[in-house]
Amino acid sequence: MAVQETTYRDALRLALSEAMSADDSVIIMGEEVGRYGGAYGVTKDLIKDFGGDRVIDTPISEAAIVGAAVGAAMTGLRPVAELMYVDFIGMTMDQLANQAAKIRYMFGGQIGVPMVLRTQGGTGRSAGAQHSQSLEGYVMHTPGLRLAMPATVDDAYHLLRQSLQQPDPVVFIEHKGLYTIKGTLDPDDAPAEWGKAKLLREGDDLVVVTYSRQVHHALVAAETLASQGIEAAVVDLRTLNPLDFDTIGPLVERSGRAMVVSEGAMTCGVAAELSARITEECFDYLEDPVVRVAGEDIPISVSPLLEQNSVPTPKLIVETARKLFI
Amino acid sequence: MKNTSLPQLYEDMRRVRTFEERVGELFVRGQSAGSMLHLSIGEESAAVGVCAQMRDGDTFTTHHRGHGIFLARGADPNRMMAEIAGKDSGYCHGKGGSMHIADMGLGHLGANAIVGGGIPAVVGAGLSARHKKNGAVSIAFFGDGATGQGILYESMNMAALWRLPVVFVCINNQYGMGTRIDQATANPKLHERAAAFGLAARTVDGLDVEEVADAAAELIAGARSGKPAFLAVDCYRFFGHARKDKSPYRDAAEEEAGRKKDPVLQARGKLIASGLLSEADLDALDQKVAAEMDASIEFAVAGEEPQLKSMFRDVYAPSQPEPEPVRTRLDRILAQG
Repeated sequence: MAVQETTYRDALRLALSEAMSADDSVIIMGEEVGRYGGAYGVTKDLIKDFGGDRVIDTPISEAAIVGAAVGAAMTGLRPVAELMYVDFIGMTMDQLANQAAKIRYMFGGQIGVPMVLRTQGGTGRSAGAQHSQSLEGYVMHTPGLRLAMPATVDDAYHLLRQSLQQPDPVVFIEHKGLYTIKGTLDPDDAPAEWGKAKLLREGDDLVVVTYSRQVHHALVAAETLASQGIEAAVVDLRTLNPLDFDTIGPLVERSGRAMVVSEGAMTCGVAAELSARITEECFDYLEDPVVRVAGEDIPISVSPLLEQNSVPTPKLIVETARKLFI
Repeated sequence: MKNTSLPQLYEDMRRVRTFEERVGELFVRGQSAGSMLHLSIGEESAAVGVCAQMRDGDTFTTHHRGHGIFLARGADPNRMMAEIAGKDSGYCHGKGGSMHIADMGLGHLGANAIVGGGIPAVVGAGLSARHKKNGAVSIAFFGDGATGQGILYESMNMAALWRLPVVFVCINNQYGMGTRIDQATANPKLHERAAAFGLAARTVDGLDVEEVADAAAELIAGARSGKPAFLAVDCYRFFGHARKDKSPYRDAAEEEAGRKKDPVLQARGKLIASGLLSEADLDALDQKVAAEMDASIEFAVAGEEPQLKSMFRDVYAPSQPEPEPVRTRLDRILAQG
């Protein structure tokens, strides 16, 4: 397949379609994934190509969707379960955290659960407190679950294809604010290695470590900072489990300053973990405290003004970085 | 096809009963891993009657009171007892124990310590069977306590909607921990709920193992041909919820009456009355079973502990790096000086 200009949404769809063509054991199941085409259109028309037995519209039963995916994965299928919003993860948490995540370990390595749970999160659509959260911290806090969070069109495709090759359960969290972004995709190009972070921008003054939509905010902020004489490196983690510290550590040691950017609520969040690790591992090299630019410790409002200010913005990233150099 | 004659059903029930008695003994001897041991004494007919109708390739999930089901399906009592003792020679190398035992070879997709937690997996296994057209059926075993969990109803609805080869077996021992079924629901006719979802649904008296086996045969055959089912087996939990529970929530008269509903003694009486086996034959059989189960305790006690380094194994697949131990990490960080 040729190099193409496409969107994050269509790259995801292409990954699913190709995986289903390549492997008959791949099935999709979830609310509105078939005839409706997915709440955000990711599975549009897949039911026409693969039929209702492989693209399965389910009742609104999130716990059983995930639980059925666990049983399917244990008996030879490669299910892709869709959770329409990551905010609904509470409904599924037993099946995800007590079953999928622990089955290999509890059963002494007899069997794994090679399933993918696709979902999406984040702010940006005035969707309110129960449809706008960034709950990756729940997943990252659960040993046994892999966690992928693509920021780019290229990763939307490649990380999803790679997720479908993993021997263990993968939670794959898309960002609702990214579905329409455009980018270049070469499906035949060798993808970046699973579990490795990507250095998207070089810079010797500061390292910004981030993932998902905040990658784009960080890149915008880095351009502004460059115009003001501060060169920030930007690292896209791509996967939070595995977490690639090998890429982050040397960069922080070189610049002596690190900022972690995440939409998730700050307290006990992904940013907290990253900050702690950087502080422990790079302590002797740090010129300043590692700063967390994270989501506020509040629910997300439906008001666009309040919503936008509940999570990091390019402006906040710039202002915070500048304060490190005063 | 398995032998479903009454002598065989009796022997299988006796093996469950004696195994459970030995589990209790293991605990008293202080050689079990913990006290989270839930015995299925009084419920043997459900495990044996249903498992007698299963085939190679079928799969199942069980609950926290699942020893008998696994044994009835063909488990090795040595490896079971070793797992309950937390030993490396157990089915799960001592990581699962009584409540998380599993064996893919026998289609046991896992016991579960979350009430209702193992139920939806059979929906997925049913989807697999449909996809592969392999004729397999998948059976969820759970107690009456799980009828309070929403996941059961989500799962029954999906199985009925998609006409999956799935059977839900509710072993109604009358108690969810210390709460009797009539204190947990206004309608204890549990099969009526399943019927409302469109499942073939029945309740049978667990006193008679042949009755259970006949109902299971019919319902499992139906499930294989796309008519998923629900079977409630009425019985009585002879002892407390777990080993340390002395059942202060029920009185002696109730227990005495409940323990009269003994499926093992019932089958024994029928065998003698029908002339199929004599009392002496049955005593000899019981002794053979006792010796087998005594040996399982010896096997478990003699087994090695798991190696400490196995602690980080099997969090992820063997192809993946193991998580870095906290101790290793601390040494590395603090060595930086």
